[in-house]
Amino acid sequence: MHNFWVILGVWMAAFLTLAIFSFLYKDNPFYKFAEHLYVGTSAGYMLIYTYFLVIKPMLIDPISQEHQWILLIPAFFGVIMLTRWFPKIAWLSRWSIAFTVGIGTGLAITGSIQGLLVPQIKGTLIALHGWNGATLNNLLIIIGVIATLTYFYFSKEHRGFVGKTAKLGITYIMIAFGASFGYTVMARISLLIGRMYFLFHTWIPLIK
Amino acid sequence: MSIFEKFEKIDRRFIFLLVALAVLTPLIFKVTMKIPISSPVKSAFKAVDTLPRGTNILISVDYDPASMPELQPMYRTLLYQCFEKGLKPVMIVQWPLGLPLSINTMAEVAEQYNEMARKEGKDTVVYGRDYVNIGYRPGGVAQVVGIGKEIRDYFESDYRGTPLDSLPMMKDIHNYDNFALLFALEAGSMGDIYVQYANARFGIKIILGMTAVSAPDAYPYLQAHQIIGLLGGLQGAAEYETLMKRPAFATMGMTAQSWVHVLIVLFILIGNIGYFISRKKKRS
Repeated sequence: MHNFWVILGVWMAAFLTLAIFSFLYKDNPFYKFAEHLYVGTSAGYMLIYTYFLVIKPMLIDPISQEHQWILLIPAFFGVIMLTRWFPKIAWLSRWSIAFTVGIGTGLAITGSIQGLLVPQIKGTLIALHGWNGATLNNLLIIIGVIATLTYFYFSKEHRGFVGKTAKLGITYIMIAFGASFGYTVMARISLLIGRMYFLFHTWIPLIK
Repeated sequence: MSIFEKFEKIDRRFIFLLVALAVLTPLIFKVTMKIPISSPVKSAFKAVDTLPRGTNILISVDYDPASMPELQPMYRTLLYQCFEKGLKPVMIVQWPLGLPLSINTMAEVAEQYNEMARKEGKDTVVYGRDYVNIGYRPGGVAQVVGIGKEIRDYFESDYRGTPLDSLPMMKDIHNYDNFALLFALEAGSMGDIYVQYANARFGIKIILGMTAVSAPDAYPYLQAHQIIGLLGGLQGAAEYETLMKRPAFATMGMTAQSWVHVLIVLFILIGNIGYFISRKKKRS
């Protein structure tokens, strides 16, 4: 019986994969069905997960079993977020939003400075002594940082030396975009390989 | 009409078909290729491989089925490496849909490893003693910062609901100080959060295994020594498999990947040549 459910699961997954792939030919009802099923299933899955992994163990159980009444405060803030559906009392939701934004901003400022800005500046203060591959790399990094920052410096017209440096900056940015695009192609093809492997290994065992 | 002009009018579905063939052919005929190892992957592998037996390592499984082909091979190989080297992995999940992937893969790899260990007369691994999965909890940044003080503030129990203190392996684990490193498998922005908070504030060494889309954004961290290793996409997974001498899905997939890349480069070249020829004709 266990085997039956496994086989059924594989056939369903294969059907849904092919239904999504069918969009490559043209839009059709099979694609629409698979797309809507995916959206619905994901939403349902998230709802169940949120209840059983968050609301129940972190709110309902501690209140009902351990009488941690203090948790009613965050619960209240959570509930008033839903007042956005009712225009007359929608203003209440701003309290929760203010709370979230406040915490988020506080954490983000410290994180950005301590975890990003300072270490990245330190990472750019690199040695330029000797004449080897590492020095050349370091030199390219330093030039790249200065040129790219110049490109985003708009308080002076991009002409003359500043203009040439900004042009070099945009060249660096284009190279970065190219690398990103190359990686993105690799990512998407990897997903295709994953699905092809499933179809022709698990479903139709052509790939041994 | 020249051949390039014909190419300009080609049905895009023909291109899809060629891409599908370029993926399938090497997979079916088992065409293999040499996987060169990059320095960020080598550093990541070495950092894990040289840890003493019994060391705790935190593995963050932060992806869902959409990123499985890239990140699952990394997770599998890493778990196998941990079991083989006698390391003690603790899995944590920041993406709710990543939890089933994390649990199922952990169980599969442990079963495969134990089967091999029994045959070779090695020690088997036991849940709770040699590896633990503490599951998913919400919190994001606040949780990453909170774990720096006490893991139990967010995770009182593991994914099964077993209290952490009743798991032998977790008794002395309280915060990042009790882990030699954090290996984060990331399909989104959790990697940035770990680097900016767990590393910057608590000093834990981090290795990132990322989807290819996010990998370029992580190179500045590597250059600034905020992370000690980086695995980017299927290529990174294939390199890790090669270093572990356990070629699997990623290694096999890289041949298909390379074939498609060659095909795309050809398409770009043909498209550009065709474009310039037709432009020249229009001008004249």
